[in-house]
Amino acid sequence: MVSSPSSTRIKVDDPVLPDQKTLLRFITCGSVDDGKSSLIGRVLFESGSVPDDQLVTLDTDSKKFGTQGAALDYALLVDGLSAEREQGITIDVAYRYFATSKRSFIVADTPGHEQYTRNMATGASNADLAIILVDARKGILPQTRRHSLIVSMVGVKNVIVAVNKMDLVDYSPFVFQAIEHAYHDIAKTLNIPNVIVIPVSAVAGDNIAAPSARTPWYNGPSLIEYLETVDVQSNASDAGFAMPVQWVNRPDSSFRGYSGLIASGRISPGDAITIVPGGREAIIDRIVTFDGDRDQAMTGQSVTLTLDREVDISRGDVISTISEPVSASKVVSTQVLWMSAEPLDPQKSYLAKLATTTVSALVKAPDTVLDVENYQDKVVEKVGINAIFKTRVSFDRLIAVAPYNNNRDLGSFILIDRLSNEVVALGLVDGLIPSDLGKARTRVTLTSLPFRHDPLKRSLMKTSSFALGTLLLGFIMWPLSLKWPPALYGFAIAEIFFFLVHELLWARARWGLAGEVKFLSAGEGI
Amino acid sequence: MSLSHLERLEAESIHILREVVAECEKPVMLYSIGKDSAVMLHLAQKAFFPGKLPFPLLHVDTTWKFREMIAFRNETARRIGAELLVHTNEEGLAQGITPFGAGSRTYTDVMKTEGLKQALNHYGFDAAFGGARRDEEKSRAKERVFSFRNAEHRWDPKNQRPEPWKLYNTRKKPGESIRVFPLSNWTEIDVWSYIAEQNIPVVPLYFAKPRPVVKRSGALIMVDDGRLPLEQGEVPEFKMVRFRTLGCYPLTGAVESEADTLDDIVTEMRESRSSERQGRLIDHDGAASMEKKKQEGYF
Repeated sequence: MVSSPSSTRIKVDDPVLPDQKTLLRFITCGSVDDGKSSLIGRVLFESGSVPDDQLVTLDTDSKKFGTQGAALDYALLVDGLSAEREQGITIDVAYRYFATSKRSFIVADTPGHEQYTRNMATGASNADLAIILVDARKGILPQTRRHSLIVSMVGVKNVIVAVNKMDLVDYSPFVFQAIEHAYHDIAKTLNIPNVIVIPVSAVAGDNIAAPSARTPWYNGPSLIEYLETVDVQSNASDAGFAMPVQWVNRPDSSFRGYSGLIASGRISPGDAITIVPGGREAIIDRIVTFDGDRDQAMTGQSVTLTLDREVDISRGDVISTISEPVSASKVVSTQVLWMSAEPLDPQKSYLAKLATTTVSALVKAPDTVLDVENYQDKVVEKVGINAIFKTRVSFDRLIAVAPYNNNRDLGSFILIDRLSNEVVALGLVDGLIPSDLGKARTRVTLTSLPFRHDPLKRSLMKTSSFALGTLLLGFIMWPLSLKWPPALYGFAIAEIFFFLVHELLWARARWGLAGEVKFLSAGEGI
Repeated sequence: MSLSHLERLEAESIHILREVVAECEKPVMLYSIGKDSAVMLHLAQKAFFPGKLPFPLLHVDTTWKFREMIAFRNETARRIGAELLVHTNEEGLAQGITPFGAGSRTYTDVMKTEGLKQALNHYGFDAAFGGARRDEEKSRAKERVFSFRNAEHRWDPKNQRPEPWKLYNTRKKPGESIRVFPLSNWTEIDVWSYIAEQNIPVVPLYFAKPRPVVKRSGALIMVDDGRLPLEQGEVPEFKMVRFRTLGCYPLTGAVESEADTLDDIVTEMRESRSSERQGRLIDHDGAASMEKKKQEGYF
């Protein structure tokens, strides 16, 4: 029933136990006609991950919806929603799972069309690696450049360029090499450190599971071989310890623990920690888990920590080591991908969710957005859907934050519209803007002036200032009017003028009035 | 040293469970008694340890579950000290709706989908955990971890919220709710490997044993009680069988198997060439049948 032109299927009997396998998350990007769904379907099939009853369904479906004539249409293994089947395109991220003897894989199959850029970015945000498809007949297209940009923006360091449909260019090494060279230029521009270009045919099965005899000029690994062996170790566990507090665990008065997923570093009981923001300090007492207390915990683990003393900590605070504390800021420079049809409104207060904190945020309107196809800035009046741009984001209070390159969990955020509850953007922190710290301190000094919220003191001060002014005016006019009596008229006019100015000045001063005294902070000013 | 595949999945699921409890007002866990529910419940115990579960368990009982499932359900709630809510669609029951006759289509719709909506509305839950996995079925593969439902409990597959990194948007308007799937990224083999590794109790029906079955439309149906109408000439036969998936007994097919330990099950699973939902009769109504059911509010 099923014929596989390319050599062997990967064996199912595993030498590695599943609980010791590592996990690789990757994303596939390509456009409508690149054969992306076919490629994933093929990879699933070759790795032995398609159950027999699904193969039977595939056989039926191939005849009904397929685009490969009588042959199996592997794309149908992954195009799930009926809307997609009718249109023959992928509209949302589909997650696929397969395992070989060496690794387990989670594939985010993302749509390639420009209108689904946001879905692609979502899939890429959690990926260790990206497969970018290029149609051998068409070469590098604007969309290839767009996919590469988004992949590099969210920090994917490993890219496989799968030059697909090699069967349709007679497995020409010249076609392949031209694409390979062109892509290395893109990778250089975007600083993608680890790139491999592989000639494949999803339909014919070349270089998917094993090297193909039809590409003798290609000496590199097959697609699956490379996926199994590529090193994608993150260095997050070498960084300083940081754990955003997700939930405060207080089952009864005798226990108070702080639960969260460790964003970076390692921690052990006895380590000195500080709470960001705020700077309160304590010592780690225990690392509590259902399976007993631990001696150490590291990046990526969900744990509950207890401290040696009572400290006021709530969701959104970050527990960090004293030796290498996480920074805090109110204003950050960012890269933003706008995901809403509603354009960016710089006057609007959005909600920003960063790690476990949710705060109000203002987003400065950028002058330019990035042209996703030639990587140049272009001037725009409004920021619309799928625009990528650099801008400043100001939060309404100090929060723990880090550049995305140093700490993914503390350097990524989403923006939410308060009314529609829609996720309007995703953002990455480039850097912290520290100028705001000084202003924040000034605000505290000003608002702590005496006599705040005191109408009686205000009245007394106002009367005194009026009396003082009148007296001063009298001292000037009195000797004058002794020499020349009509000057008294001038005194009266000056007094009336002074009264008006005095009233005007006091009306402008909010000091002593009931209600909150407001001063603009740097964040609100931009 | 880096985390293993299962350690990463575990940490991710615990993060999801805690996120809901921290941000939603009234969560509930849909407990369907099967292996996925067992793993989800175990992860929840880990997430909130040393405290108890900060939400109740809800079982939508169609009255056609295997007897061993109900016994296991009650025992589990007692063992971990969880609050257990059981809801049955009494209207459906009064109308005499059964898995037979009118066909399984109305039955699932009335007893499961409607029953679930009734219970969620009755208690006013704003978030409900479910044990569904993305590898189970094609439309599930495209569903978010936090799956948003409108006031009518409908799923809109074309308008799902972006879910980058670990950032979940839990904001909703009154009446709207979220279905949350902490096991989204687990596969069937992950679930069994984890059950074996953590020694999690599961319903004995998963282990092979001689059981009385009849063969119907290619599936082995267990005669769990006297309510299964036997057709003329049909005689229940004892066979060594086990279940890969558990639901209502008249709709759940058994597989012939000798696997009576966790290790045997894991081994059988690796060699298996068929998918687990093959035993579920409700999925085969058409290519898009699960997607349609989900849009109508099915889990």
